Amino acid sequence: MEALKGVKIVEFAAFAAGPAVGKHLADHGATVVHVESRVRPDGFRTHYPPYKDNIHGLNRSGLFALCNNDKLDITLNLKKAPKATELAKKIAAWADVVIENFSPGTMARLGIDYEALKQAKPELIMLSTSNLGQSGPHAHHAGFGSQLSSLAGFTHLTGYPGGSPQILYGPYIDYIAVAYGAAAILAALDYRRRTGRGNYIDTAQYETGLQYLAPILLDYKVNGAVADRNANRDPQAAPHGAYPCEGDDNWCVLSVHTEGEWRTFCEAMGSPAWSADKKFATHAARKENENDLDRRIGEWTCGFTPREIMEKLQDAGIRAGVVNTMKDVYTDPQLAQRPQWVELEHPEIGKMHYQRPPFLLSKTPPGPSKRDPLLAEHNDYFYKELLGLSEEEYRQLVEEQVIY
Amino acid sequence: MSSDNRSAGLLAPFRVLDLADELGFLCGKILGDLGADVIKIERPGGDAARRLGPFYGNRPDPEKSLYWFGFNNNKRGITLNLESAKGRQLFSQLAVKADFIIDTFPPGYLDSLALGYAALSRINPRVILTSITPFGQTGPYSQFKASDIEIMALSGCMSLTGDPDRPPLRVTFPQSYVWTGSYAAMGALIAHHYRERTGEGQHVDVSAQACLLWAFSHAHTFWDLNRQVEKRAGSFMTGRTITGAKMRVFWPCKDGYLNFIIYGGEAGRRTNQALVQWMDSKGMAPEFLKQKDWKSFDIAQVTQAEIDRMEEPIAHFFAAITKAEFFKEVVQREMLGYPVASVKEIFADPQHEARGFWQKVEHPELKASIDYPGGFTKFAQGACQIWRRAPLIGEHNQEVYGEDLGVPSSELSELKRQGVI
Repeated sequence: MEALKGVKIVEFAAFAAGPAVGKHLADHGATVVHVESRVRPDGFRTHYPPYKDNIHGLNRSGLFALCNNDKLDITLNLKKAPKATELAKKIAAWADVVIENFSPGTMARLGIDYEALKQAKPELIMLSTSNLGQSGPHAHHAGFGSQLSSLAGFTHLTGYPGGSPQILYGPYIDYIAVAYGAAAILAALDYRRRTGRGNYIDTAQYETGLQYLAPILLDYKVNGAVADRNANRDPQAAPHGAYPCEGDDNWCVLSVHTEGEWRTFCEAMGSPAWSADKKFATHAARKENENDLDRRIGEWTCGFTPREIMEKLQDAGIRAGVVNTMKDVYTDPQLAQRPQWVELEHPEIGKMHYQRPPFLLSKTPPGPSKRDPLLAEHNDYFYKELLGLSEEEYRQLVEEQVIY
Repeated sequence: MSSDNRSAGLLAPFRVLDLADELGFLCGKILGDLGADVIKIERPGGDAARRLGPFYGNRPDPEKSLYWFGFNNNKRGITLNLESAKGRQLFSQLAVKADFIIDTFPPGYLDSLALGYAALSRINPRVILTSITPFGQTGPYSQFKASDIEIMALSGCMSLTGDPDRPPLRVTFPQSYVWTGSYAAMGALIAHHYRERTGEGQHVDVSAQACLLWAFSHAHTFWDLNRQVEKRAGSFMTGRTITGAKMRVFWPCKDGYLNFIIYGGEAGRRTNQALVQWMDSKGMAPEFLKQKDWKSFDIAQVTQAEIDRMEEPIAHFFAAITKAEFFKEVVQREMLGYPVASVKEIFADPQHEARGFWQKVEHPELKASIDYPGGFTKFAQGACQIWRRAPLIGEHNQEVYGEDLGVPSSELSELKRQGVI
């Protein structure tokens, strides 16, 4: 966890969009301080199951744990102006980077927008990540990522033709903005290293999401085509889909992209008579008879487990995979080998599997190394040791419920 | 073409060699959006992904793939046959001056050409090699082949999408490649930060399967904490209650669908209240909804019967309005919810116009200029935008080999004849 050692980050942020950026940076050794208050703890602590054993509690949230390992947690009641405002500025002056994901305008109302914080630290980098951006007619419209994923076109592309759109689990688009937000911060840090200049970064989750759809946006603009959902079908491959396997609700996927692969695939199935039918002889023919094709392949796959199908076809050089469930991801041999999960003990959750980054750096292996913090766990340490408040100042601020 | 003034970008001093296929296109593009000098290296004749549609004018043509346009802008383009000795030599010359190299070859392939990380770091200890594969450089699946649907399946994403009584689904427009490319950019830039501090490059091993774990947020933690397996629930939201109740997410309206959810919390209460007022203004709010005490409404405790009773009159109300009406009202009334937009409606959203999101990019070869989704973020210092359209096949061979490496033009024609470039 050496890569980002020495980088100091403060999050005036809650839920996923801000804190998950901080998580990735903390995984690589940045010192990340998550700011909450007892008046309003992070919404993941209060409003989003799962909670350990389904018992609601501020320190029992799986989602908070996922997004906040290796961070320090402090409380600051920003409603207690002007003392809280002054303290917030002091914290920002300590930091290299501030991450915030309040609704646009909130930081200004609290007196701690970029202009204000820049007075305290001219070379500050600040990321504001929001649904729709800091400007524009809809900037102040608040919303959750799960619904923004619909405004940005993703759910329109999910489901069967003519049927209802289908849900993408959780705040899908938030985590798109997380990758972009982190990249933006890292670029700004590099720029600051070379020029001495800070930066203000306005990331709209909506706009980052649309990056993922560039080709079909262009298709509409130049050809007038409106991309639509088409279940698991793909113009480049047939068969291409999910097929039932032995057991209850077990599925595999497979896809055949060339005529050579089709021949190999038929052999792997044991060359059943139907596969020689000329209605499956070419890609065009298979596309035309795809329902029939899918049904026959399903009759073959249902005699095997998903893993048997994956191994049999991969051995033959055909793309195939298990549809892993949310249980399977913890035991999938590839993820286990990486290893993707780090088991750490949490005082209220017990054993929790924290998520490693999806990229591994050869010389600076990442965390997680510390469980997510309890609410206010590091008040004492951060305010006194890192920020340098005297015992007296600290005690006073606690008493006045500024640190609260 | 817009003039290449990328010196205004935050990463302008850095050079990227991009050997990636579609699994990694976005990684190089993001570094390019930030101002880096990205050189896309294609095999002679052009990258296979140039055959991916849709196409400009709907006619398949390797120079008109909109998939290519969308994800390879902000890159210059050269051709190079890495499997020829001369090709490897040229690549090594480029690698000496490169800050980043991105590849998506099967693990071991670059090593077999003596161009793996060990070899590259000998000629350029500062270089960061970002290797992007479906499953990572090592492990039991490392040699498995995968396209989008296999990555979506093995990451677990598909188990959460689709109707319970039908097969698991992927998103129709491939998502795994873009998720992977963008997370890979984060990894490359973390390694960059370390390199700028210490002078040492490193090898970044990106797994698409692992990237896509982020696409479902926390669904897996239900198993980790409570041994509950979250599953596909069609158009319903699960996991928000401890009773197991599920909420409708997609509601048919006059011209498509709306995304609206009965939420708890402060924002949810405000929304529910505003909706009932809106319904009431049209005489469509039943008495029990008007009387509901939203302040004490606790979403985590709500039962399915309670949810069903609330949803019925709401469905009736939504069926009579359009997506545009809904969008206008949710913004005005400060409610949560959005229409299920298609690309057409995305272009009509005034928010993008106001923020200058669409960026006109000139395509002189097509005698056209096209509106692209512009920079992914706005910086107070430094720009993030499209500096140049995607390259034609071998468009910058002369610029890169001739001017940069100083290969004489007679030799360039010879290299072309030999199929090296």
